[in-house]
Amino acid sequence: MSDTALAHYTSTGLDSRKIAFWTFLGSECLLFGTLITTYLVYHGKSVAGPTTEILNIPLTSVSTFVLLMSSLAMVLALAAVTRGDALFARVWLATTALLGSMFLGFQAYEFTHFVHEGLTLQTSLFGSTFFVLTGFHGGHVFIGVVWLLTLLVRSFQGKLGPDKTLQVELSGLYWHFVDVVWIVIFTVVYLLR
Amino acid sequence: MTEHTEQQGHPSTATYLIIAAILTIITLVEVGVFYVPALQGVMAPILLSLSSAKFILVVMFFMHLKQDHTLFAAIFTIPLLLALSVATALMLLFGVLLN
Repeated sequence: MSDTALAHYTSTGLDSRKIAFWTFLGSECLLFGTLITTYLVYHGKSVAGPTTEILNIPLTSVSTFVLLMSSLAMVLALAAVTRGDALFARVWLATTALLGSMFLGFQAYEFTHFVHEGLTLQTSLFGSTFFVLTGFHGGHVFIGVVWLLTLLVRSFQGKLGPDKTLQVELSGLYWHFVDVVWIVIFTVVYLLR
Repeated sequence: MTEHTEQQGHPSTATYLIIAAILTIITLVEVGVFYVPALQGVMAPILLSLSSAKFILVVMFFMHLKQDHTLFAAIFTIPLLLALSVATALMLLFGVLLN
């Protein structure tokens, strides 16, 4: 059944699913706002283990660039689905998922390196707040990648035509939100020491 | 031809590419500022301003809040401002902003 047939319009004339999704993103602002604030409140209060000197700025700059470019690929995927271009919809969805996976790879490498350097979730306040914040973000990226791959499979099944634009738009909103959260984390955690 | 396509009023591919280029340049400037010792004293306001610019560009153009209904902007902005208020209050409470 197409999105149009399923659409539930409210008294505002807007699709209720899109309103619900923006509300969800609003609640996510509060979640990440709390996590970032907790990191800042405990910043510089660790008495054991490595702290911010362990952070690798060149590596994280590259992963930040990768995530920014994934947002570009996502809007191009949405544009392709909107105009009914199945080939480029698949290309850009796959590119977005690939770049998201690359970001997760960078994060896995970073986490592994930190553990080898003696920084774990239990080591210090820095370790706890850093891993919880970036781990939550990484979890969101992982969910986004799974969502994108699901859309890619549906596209190959011929079930992602222009009538399903809203599905891609909602996944895009989620993906871009994950990107803006990282924009804040990159500045607050990595650059502002 | 305007910068917007006819479909749904979303920006054109060229606009998306320009925004991506601006985001890349801002990121390069951020990393550059980090490595300039002379800017240590003013690093926080510079980096927070650049980060805010990136945030706004993504939300306005990639998330289409610039073209979408204002209700979506309100639904997103009000919790965002609430989160910023809570963050500011907690940091003042714990003396983070006073250091």
